[in-house]
Amino acid sequence: MAGERAAGLVRELHRAAGGHLPPFRVEELRQALEEMRALYEQNQADVSEAKAGRTDLIFLIRFRHCCLLRNQRCILAYLYDRLLRIRALRWEYGSVLPNTIQFHMSAEEVRCLRDYGEFEIDDGTTVLLKKNSQFCSTSQVLPVKLLAHIANCLHGSGLQFSSA
Amino acid sequence: MEANLKRAKSGDLKVSVHRMEIERIRYVLSSYLRCRLVKIEKFFPHVLEKEKSRAEGEPSILSPEEFAFAKEYMANTETYLKNVALKHMPPNLQKVSLLKSVPKPNLDSFVFLRVLERQENILVEPETDEQREYTIDLEQGSQHLIRYRTIAPLVASGAVQLI
Repeated sequence: MAGERAAGLVRELHRAAGGHLPPFRVEELRQALEEMRALYEQNQADVSEAKAGRTDLIFLIRFRHCCLLRNQRCILAYLYDRLLRIRALRWEYGSVLPNTIQFHMSAEEVRCLRDYGEFEIDDGTTVLLKKNSQFCSTSQVLPVKLLAHIANCLHGSGLQFSSA
Repeated sequence: MEANLKRAKSGDLKVSVHRMEIERIRYVLSSYLRCRLVKIEKFFPHVLEKEKSRAEGEPSILSPEEFAFAKEYMANTETYLKNVALKHMPPNLQKVSLLKSVPKPNLDSFVFLRVLERQENILVEPETDEQREYTIDLEQGSQHLIRYRTIAPLVASGAVQLI
């Protein structure tokens, strides 16, 4: 069935919930691209025949073209979604991802991630690359009203506490 | 000595409270910048398109660093997709329009807002074919739930505040 492999890639990715990154399916990707090449070549042959007069082939040509478009869409969606997941994991874990995740990435994805890490650094030193990293622990956060309340209490108990 | 101790303790508390406040401010700023980056990443072709089609006098929606980031991000993604998949595809399918593939931000989603300056005669577009367009007045201090597209210019000018 045309487009099965490409759709299979997308389905596997869709099933891997929670941002989890399954291994990079090189073989299936290669097969999907191979299928596209075969469809295109068949279409090329049929187009010249259709021009010669066999107009009944036009529907077949159009069908193959739809399969090609679907394959393209699925493959690009698969690759793009993997990139999004990898970038999200980078924000989660910092610049060095755990080995289990790195194992599932292709060489180009690793390079892409390294370039992405460089943009984040170039983009402004105030942006912190690891989620929640600088914010020591949320239990130490006091809202401003509470701080003012503490100041009032201390003032009320006679301690010298000038406003910061 | 007790007085000294009290003074030392209050000094200590001042320092740690001050430090906490600084950390808080740093976190909020980082959070704001991170939020902007997330939005740029999510809608990068549309953001770059808007920046390209902006008129001469209008201020930019991106800081220079953000603009450089968006351009490099786009180049990075395009190169990756091209090298891994597109260049192995048949010749007529090797180009893909990211502007059409990446979803656009939904400007018709409903947002809550608070009115800071009184506005009159805001035109509300009809949602369905049966409805007609009508105008409303926004009283100062009132809060509304309305489609973003209707009040987008007011957000930019600061006349309303999103909540």
